[in-house]
Amino acid sequence: MLLIQGVLVVALLVVGAVLVRSTSDVRHQAVRRILLVLLGVLAVTSVLVPGAVTWVAEKVGVGRGTDLVLYGLVVAFLGFIASSYRRTRVLESKVAELTRRLALDEEARERGVDGPGNAGRPGA
Amino acid sequence: MTAAAPGSPGDDTWVVVPLYQEATAVGDVVRELRRTFPQVVCVDDGSTDGSAEQARRAGARVVRHCINLGQGAALQTGFDFALRDASARFVVTFDADGQHRVEDAVAMVQRLRDGEADVVFGSRFLDGRTEVPRLRRVVLRSAVHYTNLTTGVRLTDAHNGLRALSRRAVGSLRITHHRMAHASEIVSLVGRSGLPWVEQPVEIRYTDYSRAKGQSLLNSVNILVETILG
Ligand SMILES: Nc1nc2c(ncn2[C@@H]2O[C@H](COP(=O)(O)OP(=O)(O)O)[C@@H](O)[C@H]2O)c(=O)[nH]1
Ligand SMILES: [Mg+2]
Repeated sequence: MLLIQGVLVVALLVVGAVLVRSTSDVRHQAVRRILLVLLGVLAVTSVLVPGAVTWVAEKVGVGRGTDLVLYGLVVAFLGFIASSYRRTRVLESKVAELTRRLALDEEARERGVDGPGNAGRPGA
Repeated sequence: MTAAAPGSPGDDTWVVVPLYQEATAVGDVVRELRRTFPQVVCVDDGSTDGSAEQARRAGARVVRHCINLGQGAALQTGFDFALRDASARFVVTFDADGQHRVEDAVAMVQRLRDGEADVVFGSRFLDGRTEVPRLRRVVLRSAVHYTNLTTGVRLTDAHNGLRALSRRAVGSLRITHHRMAHASEIVSLVGRSGLPWVEQPVEIRYTDYSRAKGQSLLNSVNILVETILG
């Protein structure tokens, strides 16, 4: 197996893990930022020293530097989808909690102070 | 409207009805429910067709989400509502579109009362009463297989909105799937909690109304993805 195949498979597995596992929010965010910086460095390097990227590509068995960048982009994009799915789910939960609380309190207020029981029955 | 007399089977029971854009159906459903179960709470999910008003006029309590969250989130809100009532012992989940039968719900609560289980799942595949449209049957069957494989709970119908739960069961579940994927989630939570459960044969009425308004089969793709990804 070519080196690049190994690297890509591992990268995709990591993306999958991010998608399925709920990691801690803080760690998650830190990892995302580190990767973002790495990607930025890579981008700048590929502009300033195009030969370097091709050199790395040949080392890992890809051939062309552009292909390596493309692979990197695909993995990064999938990772982005995975992590934004996670974050959206977390956000949705918060919105749901908030809306639920609002709905229940509003209903209780419309009724007066008693809980869901029939007239005067002690509630919450 | 003939609300049930005190001491009737429904006094310690809350019927939770998830409600979204069912203004033409919900009134009759609530009125029929309240002949047996005086305590009905509709969780309206930002309907814009006056569903909430219809439900209220029919005698239901209405809790309103100001934005649409989905059926799963609505059920959890209904559960929280019921738990605020210290005298609630049983909770029934019941659809607003007239597809469920009140007699089935009564029988299910009776089984809880008899101490047979903490959760009673309704199943449309246990007797010959329900005529399920063919394609829907295929999708529902696949869903059951998937749920059985992944939850360790062996059911015959995983996506039935008619359920009855004891207070203990309601208190121990927390639905996090806000849209339709909550059905499998409830099954898997019950499986993991070790609460005793049974299935009850129920009839689902496929009327023209329910067919026109019900879940598009394509949505089962979304349900599957959300179930797998958690
Ligand atoms: N609260 C709430 N209820 C919903 C929503 N979508 C559907 N429902 C209710 O859930 C029940 C079943 O929905 P339906 O679309 O008929 O599903 P199906 O019977 O499985 O095809 C009905 O009582 C609907 O009013 C929603 O987004 N929010
Ligand atoms: Mg329906």
